[in-house]
Amino acid sequence: MNDFSVLIGGKAGFGIDKSGTVIGGLLNRLGLRVYIYRDYPSIIRGGHTFSIIRASKERVASHRNKADFILALNQDTFNFHKDKLKDDSVIIYDSDSVKLEGLSDKASSIAVPIAKIIKEEGAGEIMRNSCMIGAFVKAAGIKWELLENVFKKEFTRETELNLKVARRGYDEAKELTKIEGVSQEALPLISGNQAVGLGLLKAGLNTYISYPMTPTSPILHFLAEVADDFGLKVIHPESEIGVILMALGFSYMGKKAAMGTSGGGFCLMAEGLSFAGMSELPIAIVMGQRPGPSTGLPTYSAQTELHFVLNAGQGEFCRFIVAPGDTEEAYFWSGQALNLSWKYQIPSIIFTDKNLGEGVFNFDIDSIPDIKEEAPLLWDRKLPYKRYLNTESGVSPLAFAPEKEAAIKVNSYEHDESGITTEEPGLSALMSEKRLRKEKYLQKELDKFNTVKTYGNKDSEVALLCWGSNKGVCAELAQGLGLKVIQPLVLWPFPVKQFQEALKGIKKLICVESNATGQLSRLLKISGFNVDEQVLKYDGRPFSLDELEDKVRGMLK
Amino acid sequence: MNQSNLGTYVLNTWCPGCGNFAILNAVKAVLGELNSEGLPLENIVLVSGIGCHAKIVDYLNVNSFYSIHGRAAPAAEGIKLADPKVKVIAFAGDGDAYGEGIEHLIFAAKRNIDITMIIHNNRVYGLTTGQYTPTSPLGFKGRSTPGGTIELPLNPLEVMLACGATFLGRGTSHGIELLKKLFKEAVMHKGFSLVDVLQVCVTYYNMYEYYDKKVYELKEHNPRDYNQALNKIREWDYNSDSPIALGAFYKKEIPAFDQKFPEPGAGRSDRDTKIKDLLKASI
Repeated sequence: MNDFSVLIGGKAGFGIDKSGTVIGGLLNRLGLRVYIYRDYPSIIRGGHTFSIIRASKERVASHRNKADFILALNQDTFNFHKDKLKDDSVIIYDSDSVKLEGLSDKASSIAVPIAKIIKEEGAGEIMRNSCMIGAFVKAAGIKWELLENVFKKEFTRETELNLKVARRGYDEAKELTKIEGVSQEALPLISGNQAVGLGLLKAGLNTYISYPMTPTSPILHFLAEVADDFGLKVIHPESEIGVILMALGFSYMGKKAAMGTSGGGFCLMAEGLSFAGMSELPIAIVMGQRPGPSTGLPTYSAQTELHFVLNAGQGEFCRFIVAPGDTEEAYFWSGQALNLSWKYQIPSIIFTDKNLGEGVFNFDIDSIPDIKEEAPLLWDRKLPYKRYLNTESGVSPLAFAPEKEAAIKVNSYEHDESGITTEEPGLSALMSEKRLRKEKYLQKELDKFNTVKTYGNKDSEVALLCWGSNKGVCAELAQGLGLKVIQPLVLWPFPVKQFQEALKGIKKLICVESNATGQLSRLLKISGFNVDEQVLKYDGRPFSLDELEDKVRGMLK
Repeated sequence: MNQSNLGTYVLNTWCPGCGNFAILNAVKAVLGELNSEGLPLENIVLVSGIGCHAKIVDYLNVNSFYSIHGRAAPAAEGIKLADPKVKVIAFAGDGDAYGEGIEHLIFAAKRNIDITMIIHNNRVYGLTTGQYTPTSPLGFKGRSTPGGTIELPLNPLEVMLACGATFLGRGTSHGIELLKKLFKEAVMHKGFSLVDVLQVCVTYYNMYEYYDKKVYELKEHNPRDYNQALNKIREWDYNSDSPIALGAFYKKEIPAFDQKFPEPGAGRSDRDTKIKDLLKASI
């Protein structure tokens, strides 16, 4: 067994998320590569929540239609997911609360009286999942000692009781299969949100400011946890309007600030974003997408904000937009987004979505170039200081208060080089050109980076085109079908040259997106590119490998 | 920077007789005074919202952050938290701070962050040519309410007191000496301070005569007594015809938000190692 999936499900509040982490940790330590998809409703208790942990010899970042193990802590898990069972699947269930009605005779099942065990051990309800994990470990032929190690790391409270309960589950079950370890070094297992946070830290983040909103709140939580260690300020203000204005205040003082939000919060940030454009104050915003309009499906995923983010804010100004597709890209490009924002004094927006942000993936820091904190262009102390000095590149040297020789003036109004309000027509046009000119230089700088990546069969005449978190499923499918994958990472300024290069020899371009209107296709049109086919999914859920395969195969005929 | 170059080359475009001149002159005097007492001018950052009041930052050759409507407070808070040694003075209008941006004002007061808010409260929108604001009296006939407003004004000082502001004062544009005193006290106060200035808009709501008749300076008032402060603040509700008290209503010394905020610095240098450690723990 070297590519398999484990689905664990129960009511919200059962600790399903934690179980996913523990099972992922177990498999990861066997040298397998792991991907965890988390599916939960927008409620705190009750409802149905599940995680799919997929493990393989190779890196994977998509889930399958079928599961090899289903761990059912409640009846819903069986009812909702029994179609995922294959002939050789194993279902482990809490026999005190689940009835396997209509289960195929071929499937193997293990009944564990979890409620009874919990009661006998005097354990809390939340420990049901420890019992389940114990049973899974036995059924999968994993050594007990490995469970002990992982439990000691993951359960810092009531470790012994958790282990006792797990052992009861272990003893109830029988070994049905044998998951083999892989002799390769285990890689860290982190969420996309953590990768974003680490990348920002690496590039010299001074302050993180955020109002909680799914799916980026985990960045706020993560950075608040490590703030002391990293000398980071973390602030949670009254609203996203407060967030961006505070960040601009930090930026004015020369402190690198980043924010995280989702579509609704980004709406509130729009006036601040435009202010950043006019005042040329650098800021970085992590924009985690989820389905709208409005509240939409708060705990699910989408790629619906591309044009919103491209166009948000009144007036015309330069911005940098990047959409990483995995943890390494999230780390690297979050750092670079912060760097570029300071280099060009523009807002940078890092696109994620719920699948990337809250999904858990392996992370190989050695596979990506190092991020260096870059110093912005600083004032050469030639008097008088002009905050908006009109230079060839449009980038004006920075100085920060307190500065003995200079009054540093930023302005939301059109302004002269000193930052003082003007409405004079010639100067207004000049300053507008100064600000917009920066984009040309940014574009040139971006040529140095790999802004459009390709995967799969480079000689194929058919390419899957994707952005953000769909990279994983597209890359895996392309491997299987012998197709090429094209993934633009930078979305603005659009990397026309690198995209042209990637398109060479392609006769059929299939655009895969998690939205209903084909937002990347629409962006490409602006740059003069057309896609031939579109695969669109807009139910909040990620493409499974099998689902995408069906759709793409239909287009290959 | 020194006192002699406080002004800029910008032509002043406030209407003749505008109450903003008194605020500008008082601020200039206070900055000069603070400077001569040893506060370097470069340690001051001025913030503004949008409206007639906001031009003040163009008229002063001091660090400034010309912000957007309603948002002076959070910008000021960011600046203060970025470097607690700077003094941040934020100017805002009544429509600006008490209308569009009141959520921020409430939270800045709640945090007791050490910034000074000077509110140019002319009780009318000037730059948008004469509409009612949150402090216009009931029945105010503005261009959006030609039949007169049908809602009562709010008492901003009462709101601020309830939210946790630790210095509250009021002055008028016909009382520059008191403005100087209040501004200086507010700037030196370690915590959230707000001075509501009954600043007259000569074009859209000329209240000079009315205020001259109604105002009096607080005497034998103990600003450290919450109940006394509340009573005096409630004496005039921005609507009734009662006497209007001026001066410092309330003053309380408690640790400010920015003082409690842990100063980063440690840990910046060995981030690489810490990231590696975190990753190692994620296996």
